[in-house]
Amino acid sequence: MHGSGQYTLKQHQVPTPTLDIPFRKHVLDNGLQVVIHADRSCPIVAVNVWYHVGSKNEVPGRTGFAHLFEHLMFEGSAHYDKSYFEPLQQAGGTLNGSTNTDRTNYWDVVPVNAVELALWMESDRMGFLLPALTGQKFANQRDVVLNERRQNYENRPYGMATLAMTEALFPAGHPYHWSTIGSPDDLKAATVDDVRAFFQRYYHPANASLAIAGDVDADAALDLVTAYFGEIPAGDLPEAIPAAPRRATPSRRVIEDRVELPRLYLGWLSPAMYADGDAELDLLADVLSGGKASRLYRSLVYERRLATEVAAFQNSSELGSSLQVIATAVPGVSLDKIEGAIHDELAAVTTEELTTDELARAMALTESAFVSRLQTVGGFGGKSDQLNHYNVFLGDPGFFGRDLDRYRQADAGRIRQAAAACLQRADCVTLSVVPTGQRRLAAPDSEPVVVA
Amino acid sequence: MSPVDRSRLPSPAPEAVFAFPFATKRQLDNGLGLWTVERRGLPVASVVLLLPVGAALDPDDKPGLAAMTADMLDEGSGDRSAIEIQESLARIGAGLDTEVGPDALILSLTLLERFVPEGLRLLADITVRPRMDEADFDRVRTLRMNRLRQLRDVPGVNAELVFLHSLYGTRPYGHLPIGSSSSLARLQASDVVEFHQSAYNPARATLIGVGAIAPDAFAREVDRAFGSWRGPVGPAPRGPAVQDIAVRGTVPEAGAAARLQIVDRPGAAQTELRIGHVAVARKTADFHALVLLNAVLGGHFMSRINLNLREDKGYTYGARSAFDFRRMAGPFLVQTSVQTSATGDAVQQVLNELAAIRGARPAGGDELQLSMSTLTKGYARNFETTGQVARGLAQLALHDLPDETFAEFCPRVRGLNAGEVTGAALAHLRPDAAVVVAVGDRDRIQGDLDSLGLGRAIVTTADL
Repeated sequence: MHGSGQYTLKQHQVPTPTLDIPFRKHVLDNGLQVVIHADRSCPIVAVNVWYHVGSKNEVPGRTGFAHLFEHLMFEGSAHYDKSYFEPLQQAGGTLNGSTNTDRTNYWDVVPVNAVELALWMESDRMGFLLPALTGQKFANQRDVVLNERRQNYENRPYGMATLAMTEALFPAGHPYHWSTIGSPDDLKAATVDDVRAFFQRYYHPANASLAIAGDVDADAALDLVTAYFGEIPAGDLPEAIPAAPRRATPSRRVIEDRVELPRLYLGWLSPAMYADGDAELDLLADVLSGGKASRLYRSLVYERRLATEVAAFQNSSELGSSLQVIATAVPGVSLDKIEGAIHDELAAVTTEELTTDELARAMALTESAFVSRLQTVGGFGGKSDQLNHYNVFLGDPGFFGRDLDRYRQADAGRIRQAAAACLQRADCVTLSVVPTGQRRLAAPDSEPVVVA
Repeated sequence: MSPVDRSRLPSPAPEAVFAFPFATKRQLDNGLGLWTVERRGLPVASVVLLLPVGAALDPDDKPGLAAMTADMLDEGSGDRSAIEIQESLARIGAGLDTEVGPDALILSLTLLERFVPEGLRLLADITVRPRMDEADFDRVRTLRMNRLRQLRDVPGVNAELVFLHSLYGTRPYGHLPIGSSSSLARLQASDVVEFHQSAYNPARATLIGVGAIAPDAFAREVDRAFGSWRGPVGPAPRGPAVQDIAVRGTVPEAGAAARLQIVDRPGAAQTELRIGHVAVARKTADFHALVLLNAVLGGHFMSRINLNLREDKGYTYGARSAFDFRRMAGPFLVQTSVQTSATGDAVQQVLNELAAIRGARPAGGDELQLSMSTLTKGYARNFETTGQVARGLAQLALHDLPDETFAEFCPRVRGLNAGEVTGAALAHLRPDAAVVVAVGDRDRIQGDLDSLGLGRAIVTTADL
């Protein structure tokens, strides 16, 4: 061990700075939750709106709809029936949105002088979207989304594997069974009437959370929010969606793709976001594949040269998570051999505890990532998005510090237990992606499947 | 509370003033430039080391050498093995980001305040004393060759390489930093060692620290870590002169480069497109006019090309254009991925937009105002994080730009008039000479492309 190691281990004992983000939370009469955090270091303000709706709220036959709907939110509303980009860009702002299984978020980052504009626009599309909806807008954005799917999945190497793993991990009948991008047939079958029904059911103040972070005075900001959003009628909270099963039905599947090198995907269902074991498995994924000193990289890529790359991640979601391991084969190495090597490494972490140094490294990377994220008020993953994340999923925007504590408390014993509870080989969902026409390169006993 | 007025949008209050970051500059005895910006807030600092050793320095027969050398930096140093280096970085929570571009290598670390001294020591070990062992070289080269095999299936990478190669030939910008399988196969460990010794020079490098640092203490730590770094004894690798490149490729020689090139990808779900030509270097006098011109044309969501191809036609998830400003004349390019059936019309629409903005539909009025606002009113947003500031400063260092560059950006853009933007379009956009590269299903796109009047398409492959 070299000097630097001792140095940093000692440093790890130093109390780390508090991560509390001061905020003010208020609930309007119509149920809209409002969270405001003042950060006056840069003359910009982030306005971030979460709707607690995602592809988990879709029904079979209309998969991909929550995301298609998100696109329409940028195309104009009753009192400003043009692209939302124009006035916000004119004010120097930037904006975007995204949809996942659990939520849809919309954000604007504007210069401090344009906060009211951003609130005007966010409130107009929350309250008055439908009068501006037309069949032409709908048809255009459906074409755009079909092209988004082609670009990010169909025409991308290994792009369909994500969809195949989602289908294999979650049972038919559970909405996590399909991916957020949806199937082309379902997107083509959607109608303008579907948009109306979806808006009325999910897009209203009681199903939303608004976070403002940046160079604002909290009182003044809350007055503006009350003025712009207070008049929007409340709606009913959507029904709860059942949790995903704790274990997947094991399967062995293969898909063909336009790729040169075969790739293996292993997956397990794992504890839901913020449930016991979630932080533990997140840290474990770091120990397994975070950086070149990680276990799987070191073993499969560096020492044994079986794989060209390897990744492990805990994909935390509201109704149940998945832990996945992905490795691409070195030319000539069988997926069978890679599968064995990965299971050997996983068996080790289910039976033996991680070393102190491994855990300290994973913790240092986690802490560094936590603090770095707090540098920005807006955008995906910035402070406003995090405040909404904690508020929507936990009802507590001030969860930053305690979130990091979840990781600090995840000791080697708890990580081993979480690993043993999740990563049993008998429960594993296995997917091979092989070059077109070379199904024989799949891991043994794999069944061919076609992803829509 | 009275009801809000939804009959019109609220007009913004007066703009806030923003103080742009200015770096304090010093120099170590060995010539290493040291730029610091102290910013208190979160206990975080970003450290960026800029070395002007990009892929443009690759010898003609060794494309990929600069990137391969950079990749070997963290594969063992002094008495520490590759794994030990990685463990040391992880212990301080540092992810080392190694980025090799056409003109420069940028090494960056974002660190918690308490780990800054150790981060500097590691960065110095990596940069100054890499081991570059033969065995590590072989392993890393094999990984990169396998990476190249995978890139053959990535449409955007194929399009990029064929496009750059048809604009520049091989040098300086005609290849990807990663090189090709054949060139990597020829590389030897000694090439990498020699390149490191001859090109990595403290007198040409700049170390930038931004965030929770005390400048004097930081400078002492930098001196301790990097002070013993000595420059090369022999001559540094020479890139082509800036002037050569500015001239070359300005107009493709008649019949030399086919304007229309197809990389066949049977059954592809979309066609990946690159359309453009050699343009200008970063230090061109009309830089601001070009930035504004590009904003109108294809630089943001409300730009002409995106509105046309996405919001009007629905051909694509998005389309954009860029002047890729480099030390020497970089490319102007439009990039998008469109549904197969729309390939011919998408190319025609893009060429129409390039031609129109030069005269028939010049930039002006509300549209020009929108792009001006988009570029300037939110400019402060680019300086929010320590990493953004450090990387912004690295661009100043790379291009030898004055300290006032950021502070002057908005006034310079706002001071432009429509005539200057059209002038920049006339001077630097050349739709009649633009090369079109299409990676897609040849059987379904070649007919449409051939009928565009650009000459017959040649079918080619990317040398990956």
